[in-house]
Amino acid sequence: MNNFQYARATDVADAIRLLAADLGAKLIAGGTNLIDLMKENVERPSRLIDISRLPLRNVEETADGSLRIGALVPNSDLAYHPLIEQRYPLLASAILAGASAQLRNMASVGGNLMQRTRCPYFYDTATPCNKRNPGSGCSAMDGLNRNHAILGTSAACIATNPSDMSVALAALGALVHIAGPSGERTIALTDFHRLPGNTPHVDTNLGTGEIITAIELPPHGFAQNYSYLKIRDRMSYAFALVSVAAALELEGNAISGARVAVGGVAHKPWRSLEAETALRGQAATPDHFSHAADLLLQGATSRSHNGFKVELARRAIVRTLAQAANATPQSQAHKKIA
Amino acid sequence: MNAYIGTPTSRVDGRAKVTGAAKYAGEFPAGGLVHGFVVEATIPCGRIATIDASETLKVKGVLDVLTHANRPPLADKDEAWKDEVAPEGSPFRPLYDDKIKFNGQPIALVIAEDWESAKFAATLVRVEYEQQGFATDLEGERSKAAEKDRPHKPRGDAAAALARADVRHEADYVIPTEHHNPMELYATTAIWESDGKLTIYDKTQGVQNVHKFLCTVFDKKPDDIRVVSPYVGGAFGSGLRPQYQVVLATLGALALKRSVRVVLTRQQMYGLGYRPMTIERVGLGAKSDGTLDAVTHEAIAVTSRYEDFARNDTGWAEQLYSSPNSRFSHKLVHLDVSTPCDMRAPGAASGVCALECAMDELSVALKLDPIELRLKCYSDRDQSENLPYTSKQLHECYARGAEAFGWSRRSPAPRSMRDGKELVGWGMATGVWEALQMPVAVRIVLTSNGHAEVSCAASDIGTGTYTIVAQVAADALGLPIENISVRLADSTLPQAPVEGGSWMAASSAHAVLAAAEEVRKELLGLAGKMPGSPLAGAELADTALIDGSIARADDNSRAVTIADAMRHGGVERIEKEKLNQFAEDKKHARNTHSAVFAEVRVDEELGIIRVTRIVSAVAAGRILNTKTGRSQIMGGVVWGIGMALHEETVMDHRFGRIMNANIAEYHIPVNADVHDIDVIFVDEADAHINKLGVKGLGEIGIVGVPASIANAVYHATGKRIRRFPITLDKVLD
Amino acid sequence: MSDLTHQIPERIPIHLVVNGVNHTLDLVPWTTLLDALRDHLALSGTKKGCDHGQCGACTVLVNGRRVNSCLTLAVMKDGAEITTVEGLAKDGALHPVQQAFIDHDAFQCGYCTPGQICSAAGLLAEGRARDADEIRELMSGNLCRCGAYPNIVAAIQQAMGQP
Repeated sequence: MNNFQYARATDVADAIRLLAADLGAKLIAGGTNLIDLMKENVERPSRLIDISRLPLRNVEETADGSLRIGALVPNSDLAYHPLIEQRYPLLASAILAGASAQLRNMASVGGNLMQRTRCPYFYDTATPCNKRNPGSGCSAMDGLNRNHAILGTSAACIATNPSDMSVALAALGALVHIAGPSGERTIALTDFHRLPGNTPHVDTNLGTGEIITAIELPPHGFAQNYSYLKIRDRMSYAFALVSVAAALELEGNAISGARVAVGGVAHKPWRSLEAETALRGQAATPDHFSHAADLLLQGATSRSHNGFKVELARRAIVRTLAQAANATPQSQAHKKIA
Repeated sequence: MNAYIGTPTSRVDGRAKVTGAAKYAGEFPAGGLVHGFVVEATIPCGRIATIDASETLKVKGVLDVLTHANRPPLADKDEAWKDEVAPEGSPFRPLYDDKIKFNGQPIALVIAEDWESAKFAATLVRVEYEQQGFATDLEGERSKAAEKDRPHKPRGDAAAALARADVRHEADYVIPTEHHNPMELYATTAIWESDGKLTIYDKTQGVQNVHKFLCTVFDKKPDDIRVVSPYVGGAFGSGLRPQYQVVLATLGALALKRSVRVVLTRQQMYGLGYRPMTIERVGLGAKSDGTLDAVTHEAIAVTSRYEDFARNDTGWAEQLYSSPNSRFSHKLVHLDVSTPCDMRAPGAASGVCALECAMDELSVALKLDPIELRLKCYSDRDQSENLPYTSKQLHECYARGAEAFGWSRRSPAPRSMRDGKELVGWGMATGVWEALQMPVAVRIVLTSNGHAEVSCAASDIGTGTYTIVAQVAADALGLPIENISVRLADSTLPQAPVEGGSWMAASSAHAVLAAAEEVRKELLGLAGKMPGSPLAGAELADTALIDGSIARADDNSRAVTIADAMRHGGVERIEKEKLNQFAEDKKHARNTHSAVFAEVRVDEELGIIRVTRIVSAVAAGRILNTKTGRSQIMGGVVWGIGMALHEETVMDHRFGRIMNANIAEYHIPVNADVHDIDVIFVDEADAHINKLGVKGLGEIGIVGVPASIANAVYHATGKRIRRFPITLDKVLD
Repeated sequence: MSDLTHQIPERIPIHLVVNGVNHTLDLVPWTTLLDALRDHLALSGTKKGCDHGQCGACTVLVNGRRVNSCLTLAVMKDGAEITTVEGLAKDGALHPVQQAFIDHDAFQCGYCTPGQICSAAGLLAEGRARDADEIRELMSGNLCRCGAYPNIVAAIQQAMGQP
């Protein structure tokens, strides 16, 4: 690790103040991704601002029936929180699909949103990478790209976002509460992560000096018809090749509302309003799921090793929608795919 | 008497391991200990133009930066660097000169007061290279493959027989590079003793191998260096040869005259040895009745530019399947990579995988049940030397394994078994390994209180050597196992080779027997001289040590307690050391065998493969410890699952750099990947191989497993994947 | 290069309760809990297998929860109660998980074992694993290269009082 200073923030305002005072500073909560990257010399913060003791650990219902989750709630606490298990089981499932029990005990909700890509070139300082070293080139483009993006890519970067939790949050229409030097603001989770474009080194729309304070889940949790399906190279403790969060509202066999977000395919959780609109009013049948999948994957492109992801994602979307429709959500412990 | 041999005795080192008391190489303390961190090359080929450590040396606590330019002397001649298992060639020498031979090569050692400072300071070393052209892609360089050796002589005319076969199968099977990834990081603590001697705690499978190596590399006398390694956190072959961290830690200690610890990172361990990628070309020619007429097997394997690492990938059909014509060949391609090394069942894991996939393909072409084909081709002799086996119960493995698995309920057609959305596949394969044995010496110190210390330089790398040595000693000395203490893995202890090749169980057990016999001889002498001794005039062969006494073997009541005999003789301790050498037997072949049965479930749409059941029926002579033995086979099966479905070291050939040098993206099986594993030890009495009839279990557990899974995937899906690992993208339509 | 480049961060005093024993340490903030235990407190029972949260060998209990100590900065745990493998046995009597690991031969080389055992202790405290599949899933953050997984599952079932 590089030489860094350590400071413990006393409250959110203090954290914002400390951030403003040092442009090279980074916030640390669970540290599961940041410490890893610091050990690789990929992240080299001048200062770590420890926010782990800030009072952002509550899960509380708001007046309108939304659920406000403090940014420092550990992933495991959130997944096992009774309100999440009952009202937002899709989120619980997605969280439990990620990482390991130990990492989930450590990782915060806010930190999970800030996780960086697993692209091997990003991690290896001996190779070019536009995300790590802007302008140096993208080694994955014509290199090893089996687990790289097929949607929303740019000429500068084909990295994916590795979070499972974010995929479910995207499907659920979560909001991100942010505090910063110029006050507080709220943005949709789907607008929180960015596509790489010409600035792949910028993962999110979190501004300079800003801090995530909470995630807000809208009242509707799709607790009846949902599923999170994660497809990976081993049965657990591996990043997704493709993952799908599906949530349906059904009236009889007719779809009155649909949410689908796909992970492992882009620089952010991938949603398509067109696909979700197309599902609305239709019968919950494989044909309609398949059509929605096609719409979701419109414009998918692949490189030399990740072509399989397009068809895999298509099938996974159809399957996950069927699991949601049948109210047979994928178990994260019992590995047979329902 | 066998109170312990053959029983499921719990590990005698179990308590130390579950309480954290067991100390591994990087955990031994020393006064004034300092820490070395390795700087690696980031190019695969060329030379170091400049290496600038000036910024590094400014870091508080940094004591020195060793490079090729300022290091203490190292031996120049290749011979000094050749350890007891070195392949042909010129061994790698860390920090020797400015040449870069592979990516990840150590080029500097930063030594600091603490590990974190050394790691930090290492990032400040500035290196400039003169890059040279390089090649790291085996498939791209396949045309440069040159024959290294022929594991077995050709028999008949295989090419002609293959050409005229009624049914012929020929294909390439590709096994990728794999890394051992033992859980323990490679580490050495080199302790600078007050008299200038060195005690080296090293992660190794052979303390005496490392000892001899260090003595020649550093021009030291045997007494100057002692190598110790009481616990080894897995190795699987990666610790057979001395690894570079032991050279660096020793260099550091000599340069600073202080104790130095060097622990490699997980990433750096990808610069050590590995299972070489191979292209295995197998040809099988059969008559329409299912008997073989021709077997050809050619392996093309990667090695470094500086050493020829070659193992017996091909030729296993000589032990398994009767064929009048055969031809085997092992070819090497020299690339700008580090030298491969032995990895669990080296050669066989890869070669038998290809052979057994090919046999499965042949059975499909012949419309024969895979077991039936193997029985039709069953060979009672090792055809390469035309020798009978000391024992070979492979047919029992087929029978017992098939019965336990329920093979008779298999529907032969691919894609014909399913469970909902999952296709079910049942596959099987044969495994084979050698039953090797080596000279080992053991020292026993028996004290009159009925306790014995048994010591030997052999290592226990998790294989259970401590436990089986204790079991055999307890039985041979007629003492409860609690009264036996075992000391291993210290270069000053009696002679042992590296722990590998599955030879240590048989070798150490018989050395214990030999030393125990010397103890018994002395006890008999003492007991026989007692007035009115019930053993007066007894021959050694007519006695045994039972229940703390020396007794007549045919009448245990005629006995003298060890305590009485020693008291009478006026001795407090009996110390005996004996080197056991196995009589040469050129009249038999010696092998272990297995039949492996796998069930996979493959999601038809998504290609996700789950291994739900494995039955491994093993014929490996007498099993010294059915508990630890079962675990060893189980572990081999888990390795086989990894080899079949997960493991692959991925290199970007543009950079000549491994891009998954970690254990998040180099996938080994996790708990959720492993389900029912049924291990069956088939009775295999062996009167020829050695006194106890022991063969060894370390390797046989993995052999055959990858092929059984690949064959099950074919049976489930109708897709034949010949390029390992079988990831889901390969089975997706 | 600025002078800062080669400077080492200042040490910070912290307090840890490890296996019931109070410790005061002066640590550079980059010191992980794992290195603090192994190098500063001579508690080498907790193992370093990857140093990147990929293997679970470093698992310890922090305030009763299992975490990867290699990705935990010690300064951030100032005041915490830590339990390592050395602290599980009480008065010489093995923890039920430790005994079960011996009974079921749930290890070979022993290097992942302290992490497996601490992880299993954490798993039992969480109370989320009810069947073998759930144990497998919730123990998948602990790699075992010797391949003892089925025995590890059996050992945990024994410790849970399952047949």
